[in-house]
Amino acid sequence: MKPELVTLHINGRTHTLALAPNVTLLHALRDLGYVDVKCGCEQGDCGACAVMLDGVAVNSCLVLAGQADGCQIVTAAGLGSVKQPHPLHEAFADSGAIQCGYCTPGFIIAAKALLDHNPHPTEPEIREAISGNLCRCTGYGQIVEAIQIAAERLASDEGRTTNDESGIRHSSLVVRPTGGAQ
Amino acid sequence: MLPEFDLIRPNTIPDALAILAERGGDAMPIAGGTNVVVDLRSRKHQPRVLVDVARLPGLRGVQRENGHLVIGGGTTISDLLYDPMIAQHAPALREAASVFANPLIRNRATVGGNLADASPAADTAPPLLALDAEVELASLDGIRRVPLVDFLVGVRKTLRRPDELLIAVRFPVPPDGSDSHFHKVGLRKADAISVLSAAVAVTCDAAGRCTAVRIALGALAPRPLRATAAETLLVGEKLTPVAIARAAHLAGEAVRPINDIRGSADYRRQVTEVIVRRLLDKLLSPEASV
Repeated sequence: MKPELVTLHINGRTHTLALAPNVTLLHALRDLGYVDVKCGCEQGDCGACAVMLDGVAVNSCLVLAGQADGCQIVTAAGLGSVKQPHPLHEAFADSGAIQCGYCTPGFIIAAKALLDHNPHPTEPEIREAISGNLCRCTGYGQIVEAIQIAAERLASDEGRTTNDESGIRHSSLVVRPTGGAQ
Repeated sequence: MLPEFDLIRPNTIPDALAILAERGGDAMPIAGGTNVVVDLRSRKHQPRVLVDVARLPGLRGVQRENGHLVIGGGTTISDLLYDPMIAQHAPALREAASVFANPLIRNRATVGGNLADASPAADTAPPLLALDAEVELASLDGIRRVPLVDFLVGVRKTLRRPDELLIAVRFPVPPDGSDSHFHKVGLRKADAISVLSAAVAVTCDAAGRCTAVRIALGALAPRPLRATAAETLLVGEKLTPVAIARAAHLAGEAVRPINDIRGSADYRRQVTEVIVRRLLDKLLSPEASV
């Protein structure tokens, strides 16, 4: 089990590091300081570790870091900055969708994945999209509201999405519902 | 912390098959990792080598080929959900994909992984059984096709040899006059492991008589099974309420469920009959909900 070189493009920065094969993407990210990616259940049940992997929202606890070699990764923090937050960041703050905050980065990623291909989701669609994320402060109502608000703001102010990095909308791997046959 | 293993990332299917041939029982393919990583963590599996097949070219996507739909083993559950050919020809499979785990898992979990893992509760198994699917197993010796019904041998047991990779699952494009549906009973709306699941696929002639009927059931026996007595009863018949009720009763008698934390055997048996009846009803009136 000797370490192997893995290159990860994270929030627009490139890291090349030697990793043991049994390191998950979750722990690789956290060890690099991307601690907005949370370690929850490590079984794919809670969604706290969700990141965008080549434009697709995934649980980073179920991806081996080596499997992500060469991939574009965007974490919740990478969607914007303190100076220029993403509309989802602002909407979560404005709606009080955050209580302890542990689940928040995962919800932001799930919401981002939804809004990328469905800019005007219905409430059931929002609830479906966040069904892989658990909030144990029982804040789902405000989270749904925050995603609705973010969708409205994104629709009325397309320019605010320019913070998006790393070609989230242009992955060759992702299959969009509006796309044709592969 | 995961146990120790080596991770090999071949670039082509032949390279992957060569590694599997060489390392055999020491090696395990990994795609989305939604089962494999969890099982590694719990030490259910302790392979020395993992062979990453998640990004192998030619393993992902749905194609039409000589009257069959061929789904690459590396096709994700999300891919199924968004594929127009699946929506048109395999509504039962699309319905199963829509209630498979949760959206984050669906983006990684693959059809090949779901079948090769061979959980009795695997959600793609009943619809694919109802669609009369075969799996394609590739090794250095070539490709062999095995009917899915034979491939699934028991709990977490399949006919896959250690040197083989499940590269595709294929089924005949259902003829005109066909329809299929799937329903899963879970303890919560999302991210549920099936208490039981059922899929029906039926082809009717112009007069409304069934020319082909397949009914498949999940989490009701050590492996997903076909309710053959119920199927036989319906062939040549119209889908009348009486015929449906009799077939659904036979389906309920075909199952061999267990008591577990998700439900009792008695509950499962009774609900099987109800779900099969509703699925068959739905073939007559598409608007009905199960």
